[in-house]
Amino acid sequence: MFKPSGSFSLWRKSRPILPIIEITVLVFSLVAPWALSSTPELITLGTNVLILSLLAISFDLCWGYSGIMSFGQALFFGVAGYVVALIGRDLGFSYGWGALPLAMAVGGLLAFMFAAFLLLGRRAPTVIFVSLGTLTGAYAAERLVSGWQYVGAGNGMSSVKLLQFGDIEMVEGIGFYNLALLLLLAAYILSRLIVRSQFGLVLAGMRQNEERLAFFGYRIQVFKALIFSFAGMLSGLAGALFAFHQGFIGPGNMGPGLSTTAVLYALFGGSGTLIGPVIGVFLIETISYFLADQDAIKQYWPVILGSLLLGVVAFRPTGILGLVVTARERIGSFGRRQ
Amino acid sequence: MSDMLVVSQLTKRYGTLQALDGVDLVVKQNSFHGLIGPNGSGKSTFLKAIAGAHFPTSGTIRFNDTDITDASPYERARMGLSLKFQITAVLNELSVFDNVLLAVQAPNSLWSLLLSKTRSRFKDQVMHSLERFQLAERADELAGVLSHGEQQWLEIAMALALRPKLLLLDEPTAGMSPEERRITGDLLRPIKRECSILIVEHDLDFIREISDEITLLDQGKVLDTGTVEEIQRSSKAQQAYTTRV
Repeated sequence: MFKPSGSFSLWRKSRPILPIIEITVLVFSLVAPWALSSTPELITLGTNVLILSLLAISFDLCWGYSGIMSFGQALFFGVAGYVVALIGRDLGFSYGWGALPLAMAVGGLLAFMFAAFLLLGRRAPTVIFVSLGTLTGAYAAERLVSGWQYVGAGNGMSSVKLLQFGDIEMVEGIGFYNLALLLLLAAYILSRLIVRSQFGLVLAGMRQNEERLAFFGYRIQVFKALIFSFAGMLSGLAGALFAFHQGFIGPGNMGPGLSTTAVLYALFGGSGTLIGPVIGVFLIETISYFLADQDAIKQYWPVILGSLLLGVVAFRPTGILGLVVTARERIGSFGRRQ
Repeated sequence: MSDMLVVSQLTKRYGTLQALDGVDLVVKQNSFHGLIGPNGSGKSTFLKAIAGAHFPTSGTIRFNDTDITDASPYERARMGLSLKFQITAVLNELSVFDNVLLAVQAPNSLWSLLLSKTRSRFKDQVMHSLERFQLAERADELAGVLSHGEQQWLEIAMALALRPKLLLLDEPTAGMSPEERRITGDLLRPIKRECSILIVEHDLDFIREISDEITLLDQGKVLDTGTVEEIQRSSKAQQAYTTRV
């Protein structure tokens, strides 16, 4: 008699699914701009998806891999966006070789400052302490820039100077899409190398039992601070790309709203996988885009998103990828291979 | 033999509960020191205070002539103290191999861990640890699927993989079958060549067989300390176990 469940489970045991999904997403991302070249608005949507994927991956590194519930990723995103907008406006500088590393440095440094306060204490902090600390930071920053005329107050900063590489100005379109894809790919590969390294093994252990690892002699707070700062760098890079691409950065791009959306991207797609958050961004942003024209649904979309988050947390904490990727594959093997 | 661990007047109070009350204890180098006592006598509290899981209310802990009373678990582990938890704390979602690798690579620098410089070099060391505790065949399985006894062995393998100077074992045979206890005793005996052990155990036969010295705790106080023979003859020990087990 045919037993599909048995065959399926054997197949799932022997074949890794994640690399197949990763390659599929990569091929799709490479082909998309050529297939959509006649519809510039979809290229813009695709570029947004790539940029927000960086933000979602930065959250995944914190929560999915390190157990740090950060509601501050948008803060690093927004501050870096404001910084590149300011140096463009006040110094007339928007060269990619300087502006993008500067944005990463700003995001990383700011994240490290938060880590020093929230994570680097003598005792490991609780999830609640860190999540409230980062949430408060994002909220305070949003309120601060909302009332600060120098950075445009509540209107934000529009007409951000275009990103430049030499004499080439990067405007919306396939060129910017390819740049965002290239940077996302580089960030993804680097993140993957980190989470699959011996350092990643410490993160995997830390996520399961922090106390045990402290008794091995690991200063887990340092590991957390490092990964949090690296995630802050990725958020900073995303914020700069966003500001250059949209030509705008505002208070709403650094507050709890965007931070929570980053949480939703990762949890919906599948946290602890890196590729899950990318899929989460693609699905949520694509659906949002097409619903934007549907007046009957548009106003209820935030409610639907909120319900989705609740549903995922309650019933599918491993996200969409959890349907096809086993916990064993998600966590991975760091030493011997079977 | 010189003194490795010297504990003086250790006190631990939880609100009105006096869990430890002026405990003195010395563990010599390359010796097995047993800690026995009825339920609630403060054995596990004492072991956790040594490992740094909680700080004592008063008293001092000196390890190899260094005062570690206020040191964090991380600092104590780096000095050569290693704890095997009473309730198994293996990392269920990681493979058996990766559990031990985590312990073996602990002294590595952050940079070395990021670049995975020692992953292949440690393979033999990890497998040697697993072979010693009869777990080599199960290296690629998840730690969570091991039997309770095997998880206890894995815990001991992890604690030993840190190459400690003093190994703290909190009830290593808890929940084991008689056969598993016998094997555990056989596995632990050769360790004396490598490090000292402070062991908390309810199984008095097991602790008699393995220990050089025994300390008897009751209600947070030391009732008696001596060799196995001395404790066996001790009227205090007999009284403690006949009145409060």
